[in-house]
Formats: sequence, C-alpha cells, structure tokens
Amino acid sequence: MSMPFYVSPEQYMKDRADFARKGIARGRSVVVLQYAGGILFVAENPSTSLHKISEIYDRIGYAAVGKYNEFENLRVAGVRLADLRGYSYDRRDVTGRALANAYAQTLGTIFTTEPKPYEVEIVVAEVGSSPERDQVFRLTYDGSVADEHGWAVMGGSSDVIGSWLSEHYAQGMDLAGALGLAVDGLARDGSGEAPRSLAGAQLEVAVLERDRPRRAFRRVRAGEIDRLLASRGASG
Amino acid sequence: MTGRPLPPAFFVPGSSSFTELVEAVAPHLRTRLTAEGTAPEAAGGLAPHGTTIVAVTYADGVAMAGDRRATIGSMIAQRDIEKVFPADEFSCVGIAGSAGIATELVRLLQVELEHYEKIEGTPLSLDGKANRLATMIRANLPMAMQGLAAVPLFAGYDLDTGVGRIFSYDVTGGRYEEHDHYSVGSGSLFARGALKKLHRPGLDENGAVRVCVEALWDAADDDAATAGPDLARRIFPVLALVDADGFRRLPDEQVGRTVETVVATRRGRPDGPAADLSSGEG
Repeated sequence: MSMPFYVSPEQYMKDRADFARKGIARGRSVVVLQYAGGILFVAENPSTSLHKISEIYDRIGYAAVGKYNEFENLRVAGVRLADLRGYSYDRRDVTGRALANAYAQTLGTIFTTEPKPYEVEIVVAEVGSSPERDQVFRLTYDGSVADEHGWAVMGGSSDVIGSWLSEHYAQGMDLAGALGLAVDGLARDGSGEAPRSLAGAQLEVAVLERDRPRRAFRRVRAGEIDRLLASRGASG
Repeated sequence: MTGRPLPPAFFVPGSSSFTELVEAVAPHLRTRLTAEGTAPEAAGGLAPHGTTIVAVTYADGVAMAGDRRATIGSMIAQRDIEKVFPADEFSCVGIAGSAGIATELVRLLQVELEHYEKIEGTPLSLDGKANRLATMIRANLPMAMQGLAAVPLFAGYDLDTGVGRIFSYDVTGGRYEEHDHYSVGSGSLFARGALKKLHRPGLDENGAVRVCVEALWDAADDDAATAGPDLARRIFPVLALVDADGFRRLPDEQVGRTVETVVATRRGRPDGPAADLSSGEG
C-alpha cells in the first residue's frame, strides 16, 4: 500500500494560490475607473465577441481577467442571480454588494474544495445616483473582496499599471480624460519597454452611465474610442 | 449580506431562457394557477379586465395604443390603468383580458427578452420574441378555460428588415402576424372597423397617432368597457411608438393635443371622418 505524501495546509494553499496567480498574470489587463459621469471599463481585447466586460443588471457591470470559460460561467450565474432577484422582489433590490458577496462565497468554495481553483479575477461595479454612491468590488481567485475607490486594475502587469494610475488618477475626470488615462496605463504593460500604442480596434470599452435611465450599461465602439482619444490629445 | 454561494443550477450551461431558469430553480414564482372545481368561465368575474388595444404600422415603424379602463363586470375597476408596455428596446406589448395574469405575463416577457440579450450578447429576432410570448400564453391555457384569459397584442420594429410588424395571439398560444393594423379586447370589433377605414399605407407618425386615437374613440363609443379620453381628469390613451430609434412612449401633453383635435372634429361629426365616396363615379 502506498501512503499519500503529507502536504501541510500552508503549502497546499500556497501552491493553489501560485497556480491561480500565474494563470491570471498571463493575459492582458483590465482597468476600471470612476469618472464624473459614471464608471468606465477598459480592456485590451482584440475580439469583438468574446467579451471581458459585460452587463449584469440595470446599474451593475462586470469585468474579468483570466480563463474565459471560468469567468464566463461566473458572469452567466451572476446574470441569472440578478434577474431572478429582480423578478421575485423588485429591480431596485438587485445590488452590486449582494452579487459581489455571492461571487466571493462561490470563489472561496471553489478555491478550497475543487480540484483546481478558478484562474480569474473579477470586478463587480455598481453606478450610484452620485459618485459617492458608486461601488466597485474587486474579487480574487480565493474569494477575497476589496472595496476599490477611484480605480482598479486586474491581470497582466497589474502592478505596473496600478502604480501609473495611482500617480495620475484624479477625481471627477470626464470620459475622454478617464479613457486616455486607462489606455496610457494599459500601454505601459510589459517590463521596462516603451509604452505601446493602442487604438480603438484593440480595446474593449464600456461605461455605466449615471444619467441613463434604467439600463446604465453601454458599449463604446471602436470609432467612438478613437474620437474620444483624439479629442483628449487635442485639448492637451 | 446573504453569505451564500451561487447555487449549482446557475452554472448549468446551455439555456438562455429566464422562464426555464425560474421553473428549474424557483418554481414557486411561477405557480401554475388552476381554478379546479369552479365552473368554466366562472372565475372571470373575480378580477379586473383590461379592454381595448390597437396597433397600426406606419412608414417608420409601428404605433400601439390602449385605453385606460379596467372593469370587473359592470364596474369600473380602474380609470387610469396602463395596458401598453415596452417588451424591450424594439418591441412593445399591449394587454387585454384578465389584468393580473396579463401584467405578470408582460413582466415575465420583459425579463425573458433582456435575460436572453445579456446571456447571448445579442437580442432575439422579432419573430423569436413573438414565439417566446406564444409559449407563455399557451402555459396559461388552464386558467383561460376558467375565464381568466390574457390575450396580448405584440408589435415591434424588425431590425433585419426595417419595418414595423404586429402579432396577435389566441389563448392556445396560436401566433398570427397581422398586416397594417389590428386590435384586441372588448372594443376591438368597433376599433377594427375604424382602423380599416382610416389606415393607409405610408402613414407618418402623426397620422398613425391620429388613427389610433380615432379607433379607440370608436371603440369607446360602442363598447361600455372601453374608456374614451377623460378630458376633465386629463387621462388620455397610452401611446407607444417603436421605430429604428427604439421604443418611446408619447408624453401625455402630445397625446392630449391629438385628443383635443379629435374631440373638436367629432363635435361637428360625432361618427368620425367620412369616407370619400365621390371617386369611381367619374
């Protein structure tokens, strides 16, 4: 009879965390920013059909990095939870906080009990009636939740981009300014190389617009992205 | 916070239907009402009924209008009920029949269409939407047999062909595409007569609104369960337009102006506009 090797709980968790982190760092990054008119999502994603950013409910958006099938599963489950809740109670009773909590519980359970942890990191963002009421939650592979203010970045070289954003982010930016900042950040991906240049066609961009009635989520298409980036360049 | 993970049923791949999801994970929300033991048609007197809905296609899309009355037997249950709703961005639905069942049907349809759109990343085709509604109506057949029938009228802008289209239904879920115009509900016989005489191809938006208001007037003129415009309370028909820019409900002031024009012309001629009989005789 063969005896299974003893692995300490610390080592077991560390191995799983390292595995998940490696998977997440392989892809490109996603940036989520609060701006004056709502919440902006920017991802480097050349595909126009395999989305990293999507609508969950009237005021709630979702962004993810990592393994597509895993974050897609989570997205669909989130839409199902939100629609079912809104149908059985009222549309106003669907909150980003409840959704983030359900995701946290799910990811936490998967991390400790499934054969393989999910290699994903997600953001659940809810646009409020005023900027102070906006909520941005970042969730990691093990179910940890962080309540973010101003900006959040996930995947790829998130530390490099994060330090760029923390230096340059200002409250109350307009859409063009926020988009420009996010794209400048994403372009600094990659160790020590010169910033790349990113155009509309390489980006997936969406906004939760505070002033839109009911469904706040809107995709920003490549043409509008290029126009916004150009208008920012023109105004300095 | 609830502190519970998402249930496994939410991770089952494949279905984009909200109705199927509800039936799988929360069947109590879709309790199939059955009025077993009551005589056929007996339940009809228990709850409010919505009355007349009209729909008209025009050059840019489709218009739908509903009067504002709900009745229980010979009583007016509500004088400002709304019976025309957006189904999604490019379609609308008007309800006639048992009001409680019909509004629930609309609420389910709205979530169903949006749910599909979010899961799939693309909206259903107009025919797909019309078929989903047919399935939901069919599920209500046992109640319809007891007198609680909900028979909606569905209309929308077909993004593939760029035209407005109208669909009617029967209680068994039969789905029929109507051309140019249609009406459902207790005053529909009279409304349809008016629509036939007033509708013409290529109507503009104002023309379509006028035809709807005239047809509802004629329905109210001869059907006790359909309300005419209430000028004292400023309660006017609900008017919805669906075109390439999507669904929009006309503001009450704008409907009010059309209503006042109709009232003014009917003072001179209470039966409404006369057909031109001169042509054909030379």
